[in-house]
Amino acid sequence: MPPTLPAADRPTLLLVGHGMVGQRFLEALVERGATESHRVVVLCEEPRAAYDRVHLTSYFEGKSAEDLSLTPVDFMAKHGIELHLGEPAESIDRGARTVTTPSGRSFAYDVLVLATGSYPFVPPVPGKDAEGCFVYRTIEDLEAIEAYAKDSTRGAVVGGGLLGLEAAGALKGLGLSTQIVEFAPRLMPAQVDEGGGAALLKTITGMGLDVRTGAGTQEIVTDEAGRVTGMLLTDGTELPTDLVVFSAGVRPRDQLARDCGLDVGERGGIKVDEECRTSDDAVYAIGECAQTVDGKVYGLVAPGYAMAEAAADAIAGFPGSFTGADMSTKLKLLGVDVASFGDAHGATEGCLDVVYADSRSGTYKKLVIDPDGKLLGGVLVGDADSYGMLRPLTGSVPPVSPEQLVLPAGAGGPVKLGPDALPDDAIICSCHNVTKGQICACGTLPEVKQCTKAGTGCGSCVKTILQLLPQSGDKGLCGCFGHTRAELYEIVKVKRITSYARLLDEHGRESARGSEGCEICKPTVGSIIASLAPSIGAEGYVLAGEQAALQDTNDHFLANMQRNGSYSIVPRIPGGEITPEKLIVIGEVARDYGLYTKITGGQRIDLFGARVDQLPGIWARLVDAGFESGHAYGKALRTVKSCVGQTWCRYGVQDSVRMAIDLELRYRGLRAPHKLKSAVSGCARECAEAQSKDFGVIATASGWNLYVGGNGGMTPRHADLLAQDLSDTELIRLIDRFLMFYIRTADRLERTASWLERLEGGLDHLREVIVEDSLGLCDELESLMADHVAGYSDEWAETLRDPERLARFVSFVNAPGTPDPTVQFVAERDQMKPDLQVLIPLDAEGALSVR
Amino acid sequence: MNLQLRLDEGWFTVCAAGAVQPGRGVAALLPDGRHAALFIDRTGRAYAIDNRDPFTGASVLSRGLLGSASGRAFVASPLLKQRFDLESGRCLDDEEIAVQAYEVRLG
Ligand code: SRM
Ligand SMILES: Cc1cc2nc3c(=O)[nH]c(=O)nc-3n(C[C@H](O)[C@H](O)[C@H](O)COP(=O)(O)OP(=O)(O)OC[C@H]3O[C@@H](n4cnc5c(N)ncnc54)[C@H](O)[C@@H]3O)c2cc1C
Ligand code: SF4
Ligand code: FES
Repeated sequence: MPPTLPAADRPTLLLVGHGMVGQRFLEALVERGATESHRVVVLCEEPRAAYDRVHLTSYFEGKSAEDLSLTPVDFMAKHGIELHLGEPAESIDRGARTVTTPSGRSFAYDVLVLATGSYPFVPPVPGKDAEGCFVYRTIEDLEAIEAYAKDSTRGAVVGGGLLGLEAAGALKGLGLSTQIVEFAPRLMPAQVDEGGGAALLKTITGMGLDVRTGAGTQEIVTDEAGRVTGMLLTDGTELPTDLVVFSAGVRPRDQLARDCGLDVGERGGIKVDEECRTSDDAVYAIGECAQTVDGKVYGLVAPGYAMAEAAADAIAGFPGSFTGADMSTKLKLLGVDVASFGDAHGATEGCLDVVYADSRSGTYKKLVIDPDGKLLGGVLVGDADSYGMLRPLTGSVPPVSPEQLVLPAGAGGPVKLGPDALPDDAIICSCHNVTKGQICACGTLPEVKQCTKAGTGCGSCVKTILQLLPQSGDKGLCGCFGHTRAELYEIVKVKRITSYARLLDEHGRESARGSEGCEICKPTVGSIIASLAPSIGAEGYVLAGEQAALQDTNDHFLANMQRNGSYSIVPRIPGGEITPEKLIVIGEVARDYGLYTKITGGQRIDLFGARVDQLPGIWARLVDAGFESGHAYGKALRTVKSCVGQTWCRYGVQDSVRMAIDLELRYRGLRAPHKLKSAVSGCARECAEAQSKDFGVIATASGWNLYVGGNGGMTPRHADLLAQDLSDTELIRLIDRFLMFYIRTADRLERTASWLERLEGGLDHLREVIVEDSLGLCDELESLMADHVAGYSDEWAETLRDPERLARFVSFVNAPGTPDPTVQFVAERDQMKPDLQVLIPLDAEGALSVR
Repeated sequence: MNLQLRLDEGWFTVCAAGAVQPGRGVAALLPDGRHAALFIDRTGRAYAIDNRDPFTGASVLSRGLLGSASGRAFVASPLLKQRFDLESGRCLDDEEIAVQAYEVRLG
C-alpha cells in the first residue's frame, strides 16, 4: 500500500447513508485509490453496516444479518474508512461545509455524498400508525413483523407491486392467511402489462393468496387498544386482518437536501448531473435518493451502482457518467418467474406486439418489436428462461423470427437461441454493466465474479454466464470427460469397465484421450468403480492396482491429512456404542503414540497427529482390538448416529441403537458421490438429529419413519419424509434403493440434499421410483446393494495383510526409517497440536522462490 | 532402472523406478535436508519438484494427484488443491507462486 498522508492533510469525503449504493460507492473509491487521497467518513443511520436489501426476504428463510452483509469484516479498517453506525445526518450547513447529527456531533467535509435511499410510502389513511402496521425495508422491519406475526393469524399487504408480492409471500411463509390489496387494476402494474398481470394473478391466487385489485385502502380499523383488526377498502368492503404491511411504493429520502436548499425534482429526488453532482459542486447524490439527468428516480439497485461508479469517477478525476439505465428486472416472486425489459409497455410509436399466452400453465410472454423487426422490450411471466438471452438482444434485430422466441419448445419454437448468438458487447449483467466479451475473457464463474463482479448483484444473470463459460452448455464432468458423472456410471456399469485408463481412452474427450486425466475425474471414476466393484468384477479394495492412482490423498492413505501433513484416524464406532474395553484400547493407542484425541460431531473418536509412517502400527493395534476403518477419509458412509432409545430412555418407542448399528454395518464402506450420514432417533423428540441427515430414521409406535435428503453443513436442509411406519425389513429395503438410486444419478460431490433439490419432479418422483417402482429399477438397485453388503471387507485389515501395500506408508521413499522432520507438535491443554512455526508462513523469504 | 534427480553435485539416485506408481508420487530426502516430490505419469515420464506446499508450508506435494492441462502434467496439492506444473514448478492457480523444479531421469 502506498504511504497515506496524515488525515489532516487530506480532503475529507463524507458519505451520508451506508446502504447498498453507499457501500458500492466506497468500493469504487477503493478501486480508484481515492481512499488514499481522501479521509473517508461514513454516517450510517442503521445499527449495522450495509447489507443486501434486495435479498431482505431471505431473512425469513433463515439467512442471518451476517449472511446478508455486504461489508467484508475488515473492509473499513483495511481502507482506513471511519464508519459511524447509528449516527444519521440531521442537517447540512453548506456554507460551513459541516453535517450535524442528533447526538450533537458535527462532521466537516470537503466533498459530501448523499446516498440516503428511499423510505416506504405509507398512504395517509386513518389508523396507519396503529399497532400492527408495518413497512418492509430494513432488517428491523422484518424482525418487528416476525414478532407480531407470532400472535396473528391474518395479514394484509397494501400494494401489489414487486415489493408487495414479496412481502405477501413472506407473510404467508410466517403462517398467516394473506391478502394483497392493489389500487391498480392488475398486479405489478409498473413491470407487466395487462396480459402479464392476468397470468400472474392466476398463479398467485392458485397459491392460496387472496388478491383484490382495483381497490384502495380507506381506513385501518382498530380495537380499543389501538391494535389493527381490519381494513376498510374504497369499494366498501371490510377485510378483517391482524397485521398490515404497507408496500405502496417508495419515495426518495431527499429531506436533508431540501432543508439545505439543494435542487430537488418536482416529484422528489435530489437533482444531479451526469457526474451525479447536485446543484452544489461539493455535494453528490447517488442511488434511490437521486433524480438523474433523464429526469428519473430509479428504484432498482443496478442504476444505483452505476451512479456510484460515476460519482467515484468524478471524485477521483476519471471520466465517467450516468445518463440513464435500463429498468429491466427479473424476479422470482413466490416461485413465479417474472421479467420485464426495455420498452415493456410498448410506448414506442408504431411498435408491434408478439404475444404468447397459456393461462393453463400461467405463462405469458410478450415481445415489443418495431416495424423493422428490432426488439424493443418485453414481458415474461411464468417462464422467464429466455430473459438472459432476450435482454441483451434488445435494440437489435434477432436472428430468428419473434414468434420463435416466445413459443414454447416443441410448439413450432424449435430455435433455442443460445447466448452464443449474442454480440460481444451485449450487456449480460445489468447490475454491474458487464458485457459478454468481458465474461468470456474469464474461465470460471468465481473468476467472473471476482474480475467483473457480474453475477454478484441480483444474481439473475448467473444462468446466462454459466452458459457462456467454456465447460458450460457442456455438462461434462471436467476437461477430460464430456459425460456427466451419472452417464459415466452407466458406461462403467454396462461395459463393465474396471480401468480408468480404458475409460478415458475410449470415452474421454478427444483431446484428453491418452492423457494423464485430472484430479477431478480420477477420484470420481475411482468412486464409481468402487461403488460397482462386485457387479462389474473389479476388486473391492480401493487401493488395488491402478485404482490406487485414482484416489484422493486421504483415500490413498486411508486417513485424513491435516494442515501440517500429519493424519487423523477415526475408527468406526457403529451407532456410537462402545464398550469400556474398546475405549481403553483407543486411549492406550493415543497415549502410546502421543496423539491428540477429540470426540467428533459424529459420535466417535478422532485421533490426530499421526505421521504417515505411524499409520500401519496404529492400525495394527486397532484392528487387533476389533476396530475397523471409519471411512472418515472417504466419500462413503460416515456415521449412523443414534440416541439411546427405548432400552433406557423413558420416552423411547423403538430400539434406536440397534437399528443404527444395523444400518451402519450394512452400509459401511459404500462409496458414493459424496459422504453419507445417517441417524436413528428413538422417538419424535429426535435426539439423534435424524432430520439433518442424508437418510434419517425416527421411531414411531408402529415402526419407523424414513426421512431423506437432509443436510447440516454449509446449506442446511431439513430432510423430507419419504415413508411412514415401516417395518425393519421395509425400512432397509427402501434405504437400499434410495442409496443406490442416488449413487447412480447424482453428480460428483453432490450430497443427497442438493441432488434431491435438483431431481426433476423432486420428492414425488423419488417416491415413484423407489417406493412405487415406476421405472422397474428396484430389483436392480436392491441387488447392487446386496452385492455391496456381501463384498464388504475392512480396508485397514486388507492393507495390513499385505506388506507390499504397506510400502507406501513412509515419509521418504529413499529413507524409510526417517520421519518427516516438518511434522512437529507443541503442547496445548494437556495434549498436543501442530507446530506451525516449523512450516514457515507463506510470505516469509524463500517461500516464493521462482525458478 | 533408477529414478535420478539432478543436484548441483550431480545425479542423485532416489529409488527404483518401480517404486513409484504411475500417476502418483513419492517424497525423497535430499542430502542437504530438502524434500523433493518425484512423480511418474501414465506414459512413464518422470518429474520432480520441491515437496513443500508453499500455501501451507507442509511437506506434502508428493501425495497429490497428477493430472494434465493443455498437454502439460501437474500435481494438485492434497491440502488446498492448488495445481503445480511439474516441469516448471509454477502454480497454475496463482501466478506469483512457484516451487523449485528439478531435472530428473530414469537411468
Ligand atoms: C472430525 C469432524 C469435526 C469434529 O471434530 O467433530 C469433522 C471434520 C471434518 N469435516 Fe466435518 N467433521 C465432523 C462432523 C461434521 C458434521 C456433523 C455430523 O456429521 O453430525 C457436519 C454437518 C452434517 C452434514 O455433513 O450434513 C460436517 C460437515 C462438513 C462439511 C459440509 C458438508 C456439506 O454438505 O455442506 C464438510 C465439507 C465437505 O464435505 O465438502 C466437512 C469436512 C470435514 C473435513 C473432512 C475437512 C477436511 O477436508 O479436512 C474435516 C476432516 C476430518 C478429519 O480430518 O478427521 N464437514 N462435519 C467431525 C467428524 C465426524 C465423524 O465422526 O465422522
Ligand atoms: C424487500 C426489497 C426487495 C428489493 N428487491 C429488489 C430487486 O429484486 N431488484 C432491485 O434492483 N432492487 C430491489 N430492491 C430495491 C433496492 O434494495 C434498492 O434499489 C437499493 O437498496 C438502493 O440502494 P440505496 O443505497 O440507494 O438505498 P438503501 O439501500 O435504502 O440505503 C440508504 C441508507 O441510507 C440510510 N440513511 C437515510 N437517511 C440517512 C441520513 N440522514 N443519515 C444517515 N443515513 C441515512 C438509510 O438508513 C439506509 O441505510 C428491493 C428493496 C426491498 C426493500
Ligand atoms: S429421541 Fe426420544 S428416545 Fe431418543 S433419547 Fe431423545 S427422547 Fe429418548
Ligand atoms: S444482472 Fe444482477 S447480478 Fe448480474
